[in-house]
Amino acid sequence: MTKVLARLIGRMPVGWLQLVHNKGRLAAAVAGVAFAIVLVLVQLGISGSMNRTIQAGYQLYDADIMISAEDANTITEGGNVARQWLLHALAVDGVASGTGLFLATIEWSELDGDTTLLASGIDIQRLDYLAPAIEAAAGPIRLPDVALLDSQSRGQDPERLAGISPQSPLRIELGGRRVMIADTFEGTTSFSADGNLVISDQTFLRLFPQRVSGAPDHILLKTDPGVSPIAVVERLRLALPDYLRIRTLEQAAAGDQNYQNTERPTGLIFGFGVVMGILVGLVIVYQILATDVADHMGEYATFKAMGYGSGFFFGVVFEEAVVLAILGFIPGVIISWGLYTLLEAMTALPMILEPNTAIMVFLGTLFACTISGAFATRKLNAADPADLF
Amino acid sequence: MLKNTESAIVVQGLNHWFGSGEAKKQAIFDVHLEIEKGSLTVLMGPSGSGKTTVLTLMGCLRDVQEGSVKLLGNELNGSSEQTNVALRRRLGFIFQAHNLHESLTARQNVRMGVEVHGRKDRDDAYDQAAAHMLTLVGLGDRVDYLPGNLSGGQKQRVAVARALVSNPDIVMADEPTAALDKESGMNVVELLKRLGQVRGTTTVMVTHDNRILDLADRIVTLEDGAIVSDERR
Repeated sequence: MTKVLARLIGRMPVGWLQLVHNKGRLAAAVAGVAFAIVLVLVQLGISGSMNRTIQAGYQLYDADIMISAEDANTITEGGNVARQWLLHALAVDGVASGTGLFLATIEWSELDGDTTLLASGIDIQRLDYLAPAIEAAAGPIRLPDVALLDSQSRGQDPERLAGISPQSPLRIELGGRRVMIADTFEGTTSFSADGNLVISDQTFLRLFPQRVSGAPDHILLKTDPGVSPIAVVERLRLALPDYLRIRTLEQAAAGDQNYQNTERPTGLIFGFGVVMGILVGLVIVYQILATDVADHMGEYATFKAMGYGSGFFFGVVFEEAVVLAILGFIPGVIISWGLYTLLEAMTALPMILEPNTAIMVFLGTLFACTISGAFATRKLNAADPADLF
Repeated sequence: MLKNTESAIVVQGLNHWFGSGEAKKQAIFDVHLEIEKGSLTVLMGPSGSGKTTVLTLMGCLRDVQEGSVKLLGNELNGSSEQTNVALRRRLGFIFQAHNLHESLTARQNVRMGVEVHGRKDRDDAYDQAAAHMLTLVGLGDRVDYLPGNLSGGQKQRVAVARALVSNPDIVMADEPTAALDKESGMNVVELLKRLGQVRGTTTVMVTHDNRILDLADRIVTLEDGAIVSDERR
């Protein structure tokens, strides 16, 4: 290892030799770096999971454009949109078709607990507005009080849900009505609901008698083939009143995600957690490297007296920083992966350790280690060698 | 550019202070000293006489405040860090405490003395030079020992090997025998003298160890920061 490193960096790997000489301290330092990496990765994992569930909420539908009320910061927030705007929108050049989308949460109460479901009510003439996988199973919801249930719903026995089919439906009670679950589809648990339910708009209006058919939550549109949805959005904005939010489905999803990350407490807390993790990591690494430099001050002073310049010392500390970053990153990622699995099992939220995130965190660790190292050598560079002994 | 002259070191009107403000105290008073090439000069004096301060000022380990120090023809008063680093590479330093790096073997410690010159493609040559130097100081069978496994005398000999391995123009030693028993101390100094003579190295040594004086070409004595006697043999 020493020989390989010597070849690689063109000098004796003093930093490496220094680190492995004191195994106890090396273990403590690696644990410290790993801890910081776990802190950051878990926070990133939770916030990534939130973003993934936000995006997944929009992926239940197959549409190009979404028209919402101006206070609709998320898919479930905000007022209704009058159905008349659907008719206005259909008259705009480039709009192929459209439909209203009804959304509301409903409690599914059973003996062993409640499950909050986000119900999507959709026009049975326009089942093509459901994502293809859901549309394929959606035939039965044409019948009154028949629904599709999210197979990923939190708190439900997956085997029980997997047994549901049009031949062996599950009969449940929702909002005081008997509802038949005819099939399942793969949706996602989110921060606001345990799972999704897909029903016809007529069933929706029966389950939520206070809602009226003329006021859906959103209007979904599809554009003509080959027409850019963005261009159509521009035209719609000219044709429809300013108090409507008209966005492509992607823009709506991105806006939702941005809102939840920057204005909702949950998003802010996760962002804050990431920043805290980074700060704690910086402090840990700085402490490790600064202590190491302080402990070797005599040796470094000798090297300085022998004619080694500041570049050499920075190189040694940088070498230590890289070694610590690599050695800390490996257990850090493994522990984080374990915690992701545990959190996913506990919350049913999709916790995925993305390679990009891991690489970013590694580069961040390297950067933090380097900055800390640079600070740690400052005192050394400023001093006369004779004052260091 | 670094220059060469007949005198290895020329010191003129050197004054030095420690501390600042009210606590500022003069430690060196108007020192003049000229050290010829190839000689072994001993700086003597009681503790606090300023001999180590003079040595570190001559060896680019401390910034010169007032007066002139010409080291191998280069003025150190106001010299750049770059010049200092280049000059330090032409010196070999041996300290009171051996200051070996505990994480490096004897050979690796000595290698640090050659690697400072920075040719990167000479891995094996460096190892051989380091091992050869260790043989010269009588540690040929200890090259791969860590300092923790060497005796005090052996460690100081490793330090000597490290100081000499790159054939420095000047060797500066600050009480090299202080931490050693009589025999190891004499061994180290004799070694320095012998290797210095062979290589034509200038040696400046700070000590208050009287046993060493017989080996010196010149003995300069300091008291309270000023030279009180300068005796040539």
